[in-house]
Amino acid sequence: MNLYNVINEIEKTDPEVYDRLDGRREALKRFTGFAGKVAALSLPFMMGSMFKKAYGQNSSAIVGVLNFALTLEYLEAEFYKKAVSTSGLIPASDMPGWTTIRDHEVAHVAFLRQAITALGGIPVIFTAANFDFTAGNGTMSGPYATVFSNYDTTLAVSQAFEDTGVRAYKGQAGNLMSNNDILTAALQIHSVEGRHAAYVRYLRQKRGATNNKPWITGNDAGGIPGVAAVYAGEEITTQAGVQITGINGMSISANAASESFDEPLTKEQVLAIVDPFII
Amino acid sequence: MEIKNQKITVTSEIEEVKQSGFSRRKFLHFSGLMGASVVVVGSMAGLPGCKKDDKDGSGVNLGSGDFGVLNYAYALEQLEAAFYTQVITSQYSGMTSSERGYLTDIRDHEIAHREFFKTALGSNAIPALEVDFSSIDFGNRNSVLSTAKAFEDLGVSAYNGAGKLLTDVNFLLVAGKIVSVEARHAALIRELITPNSFAANDIVDANALDKARTPAEVLSIAGPFIKTKINASNLPTS
Repeated sequence: MNLYNVINEIEKTDPEVYDRLDGRREALKRFTGFAGKVAALSLPFMMGSMFKKAYGQNSSAIVGVLNFALTLEYLEAEFYKKAVSTSGLIPASDMPGWTTIRDHEVAHVAFLRQAITALGGIPVIFTAANFDFTAGNGTMSGPYATVFSNYDTTLAVSQAFEDTGVRAYKGQAGNLMSNNDILTAALQIHSVEGRHAAYVRYLRQKRGATNNKPWITGNDAGGIPGVAAVYAGEEITTQAGVQITGINGMSISANAASESFDEPLTKEQVLAIVDPFII
Repeated sequence: MEIKNQKITVTSEIEEVKQSGFSRRKFLHFSGLMGASVVVVGSMAGLPGCKKDDKDGSGVNLGSGDFGVLNYAYALEQLEAAFYTQVITSQYSGMTSSERGYLTDIRDHEIAHREFFKTALGSNAIPALEVDFSSIDFGNRNSVLSTAKAFEDLGVSAYNGAGKLLTDVNFLLVAGKIVSVEARHAALIRELITPNSFAANDIVDANALDKARTPAEVLSIAGPFIKTKINASNLPTS
């Protein structure tokens, strides 16, 4: 597909296409800029986003959601970068999994930055210096002071981040419905966070947190102190007015009912959870 | 219309558009063809939104709109629930107590999902589907876990692809509540097969995005496991 031809063809029916795209040079610069940076796979997504902006659909609300997501992805990316690069922290058997997660979070940061820019927004930016992974709000001696010296603490913070991330994306899906490409991409990130969460929970269960299954049971925090807010509300057993426990005569326990549906968090709830980690 | 045929038709039209570049006229031509085929299928399969059994040979019709999408999810949950029910009923040799615990949990989750959709859809729900597990050796751990992996990864990609097809925000939320649990299942099953493969690059792309598949893609993969013919031709496409 020739990207220049796309604009040329549209111009035949809409002579003002270049004005809509902020002028020909800017439009082509955007195309070539992105074409150089992103995989061919992402191009339809980028194009769709650009045209949506050009044709006047409101994107500021969506940019706000994506910047919120980007903040969380930065938090995670910097956390995993630090954990993976701390020698002697992660056992060799688990290291491939941790590097996978690190690479994913770094890629999510890059992807969201591109998406926000494509929508005409300005992506937020964070560095390692913006975070205190001990949850000490900058004191570097918060409740998880051993976050990079004790692997169990590292795992605990990771689990809290991943389960929070899953709930955060879930809570925002409805705000992305006006843009199918963005919604789908957000869902694709959301399920990757779900995979991460299950993996980290599985590692913790194998290391002795016996009731901490890959899925969330009730509002159980898996023995992690100070994270009740991460799991608050996960215990519900009614979905869209339908009682799941014992549904239709099936032997579905309250635990299974709560496990089988993950619950959303609002942006405010998420920001309150991550606040101690952001300086 | 059988789903496989429909997929071939759509793919060839997309190829035509790809090969000719993206001209507006071609695009309208493409849309027109799609519209025409939907009308023909609609008239063959009855009114949109109408669930049908297989009496006239057109298959179980998932219906249209949000209910169609929910019936699509219901069909997949029926498949998964039937599979894990069989896994626990005829356990493979050497199943550890830990594996039994996980697989029993997953069975219960899938049954909960299935029954939720059945109840939520009420009179709009499709009937129970007949499954075909003849290709699975339930006595063999490898056979069971590789099938479980395929089903879970497929389920995740199905929900990811179906989100944009929903118009009611509450349905989207429920789908979101389920898909992350399916992702948790997928990750666990993958760990049972190969450590550290919970989100390997066969399923997560270079942008760290999970797969998103269209209903046509999903149903053609699930097809061999479902004896009942499924007619997805009235589902929304965007």
